[in-house]
Amino acid sequence: MDLFEYQGRDLFERHGLPVLGGGVAETPQEARAIAERLGGKVVVKAQVKVGGRGKAGGVKLADGADEAEARATDILGMDIKGHTVHKVMLAETADIKEEYYFSYLLDRANRTFLCIASVAGGMEIETVAETDPDRVAKVAIDASKGVDEATAREIVALAKFPADVAEQVVDIAVKLWQAFVAEDALLVEVNPLAKVGDGRVLALDAKVTLDENAGFRHPDHEALEDKSAVDPIEQAAKDKNLNYVKLDGEVGIIGNGAGLVMSTLDVVAYAGERHGNVKPANFLDIGGGASAQVMANGLEIVLGDPAVKSVFVNVFGGITACDAVANGIIQALALLAERGESVTKPLVVRLDGNNAEAGRAILDGANNPLVERVDTMDGAAERAAELAAAGK
Amino acid sequence: MAIWLTKESKVIVQGITGGEGSKHTKRMLAAGTQVVGGVNPRKAGTKVDFDGTELPVFATVAEAIKETGADVSVIFVPPAFTKAAVLEAIDAEIPLAIVITEGVPVQDSAAFWSYNVAKGEKTRIIGPNCPGIASPGASNAGIIPADITPQGRIGLVSKSGTLTYQLMYELREFGFSTAVGIGGDPIIGTTHIDALKAFQEDPDTDAIVMIGEIGGDAEERAAEFIKANVTKPVVGYIAGFTAPPGKTMGHAGAIISGSAGTADAKKTALEAAGVKVGKTPSETARLMREIMS
Repeated sequence: MDLFEYQGRDLFERHGLPVLGGGVAETPQEARAIAERLGGKVVVKAQVKVGGRGKAGGVKLADGADEAEARATDILGMDIKGHTVHKVMLAETADIKEEYYFSYLLDRANRTFLCIASVAGGMEIETVAETDPDRVAKVAIDASKGVDEATAREIVALAKFPADVAEQVVDIAVKLWQAFVAEDALLVEVNPLAKVGDGRVLALDAKVTLDENAGFRHPDHEALEDKSAVDPIEQAAKDKNLNYVKLDGEVGIIGNGAGLVMSTLDVVAYAGERHGNVKPANFLDIGGGASAQVMANGLEIVLGDPAVKSVFVNVFGGITACDAVANGIIQALALLAERGESVTKPLVVRLDGNNAEAGRAILDGANNPLVERVDTMDGAAERAAELAAAGK
Repeated sequence: MAIWLTKESKVIVQGITGGEGSKHTKRMLAAGTQVVGGVNPRKAGTKVDFDGTELPVFATVAEAIKETGADVSVIFVPPAFTKAAVLEAIDAEIPLAIVITEGVPVQDSAAFWSYNVAKGEKTRIIGPNCPGIASPGASNAGIIPADITPQGRIGLVSKSGTLTYQLMYELREFGFSTAVGIGGDPIIGTTHIDALKAFQEDPDTDAIVMIGEIGGDAEERAAEFIKANVTKPVVGYIAGFTAPPGKTMGHAGAIISGSAGTADAKKTALEAAGVKVGKTPSETARLMREIMS
């Protein structure tokens, strides 16, 4: 889960990192109140989870509460690369003398974490790494040992931070690591980490990604979720504990296992190239041992998406036998009828693997005019795409 | 013969008394696996009956090894307890630990991996978030269905469970030496490269299926390894060509970050290493069929 800047700033503050005073506003009036509290000049920053907001006009200076309210009026509701601005952060301004970069992130290849630090901050670190690689220090962090003062000193020396800020950066490096661990983060990035006029080093931006798998030990993280940005169908699926991602096509997809479902999306997209360019409408993995109840929940979500014109149920029976899956589909359709849902979209079902013959016989026996059985994944994808194209 | 898991492997189950643990212990026994016991400190000293096979429950992995000679542990404990279970397996120096659990925090996986490295990597860790390993006709450790395919001479390594089953099913006429599900998490113990190396050295494997998916660069690194080290034919498949960037597709590690981790990049890298890459699972099976026939 990616956090907004203001959430990252709050998180940094809670962990004792030096940040500027600030607050978040959803209306120009709230922005005015915060600007009054902060006093003097403030910066008004669009809260969007996408880079390049400055260039898009989403970051403005304001002198006093009147101007802050006006700038907030301009920025709220703006569209930045497809993201609507619902919130602005107001922060005190800083007299920036130097800009640095500091982050901890996941290093998948080395199965550990990585610190990236640079005295060339304020721009994208990828750019610095390309144009000026000598100014980017990368230090592998041993996940068991973490970052103590000695490691922090090593990072500061490698990145060649100036002597007058070294002690402060060491302290920040240690505290930032503590925050990274304490919050189960996958990324904490400070860009810029800035030296200001009075010599202090401050975190002027905060980019934080949290590990959703660690949610069980962070009950407070749920409140950080941005419900407004979540697609309503994705939210409904989440409420039913379904692993669902909304996509922009017409063929609803239900399958078991993340890899098989991803593969199904691809196969449907290829078939769509021959049938009106239809595409997958969603990713939905109902898991290995899916019950009729889970199948019903999945079908309800997918059939409830107005963009869906046909549904492809792609199941490989592993531990769960195909006859159980077939019964699940039939029961799911009956369950939906009981719930008063009228199912009118065609379903193409492919069952393969454990007890496939028995499963197919059950589907044939049920004789549901909306359910069509195709025995191969490619053939079923073709048929589902064809039906979706016809329904467009 | 097979890699890592053979008829002689003695398997214990950490979490043997839990729902998933007991369900799959029963299955593994039915598949002919030598399951010799389980671990649950709260039920140590008791015995559990699995359709007539009584298995002892031990307090620790170390005790289970001492009493039974176990050399494989399959871990079925909930995410909150997985780190402790793996650390215990590493401390007991069990040669193979298979972590089935899905939803393990990345910092926990990073911590047990770093601990394993510090201890000299005496334990091969497979997973987390994986279906385990199956050597058809010999032994089955994890949740891979045992009856999809007979023993044969194809080796398979995959990030995905169900795609593993799909390819095993499509190629059941040839059979498999070993299928290894390495898991879909961002940090995993055993990689594609580890399995490719083992299959290359295995006299009973003639050809290799390698299945990858979006996220990270494990497939790209595997491609480099293949180019330099693998002389046996390799057929590849990558899932997620149409996945949108920035969205996690089921597996915690299946995410395209910016322009990194795309299926296209992985396919290109594999093809540059001489690997034939199928566009669909069935085409992948066809490419392997051409090699094996």
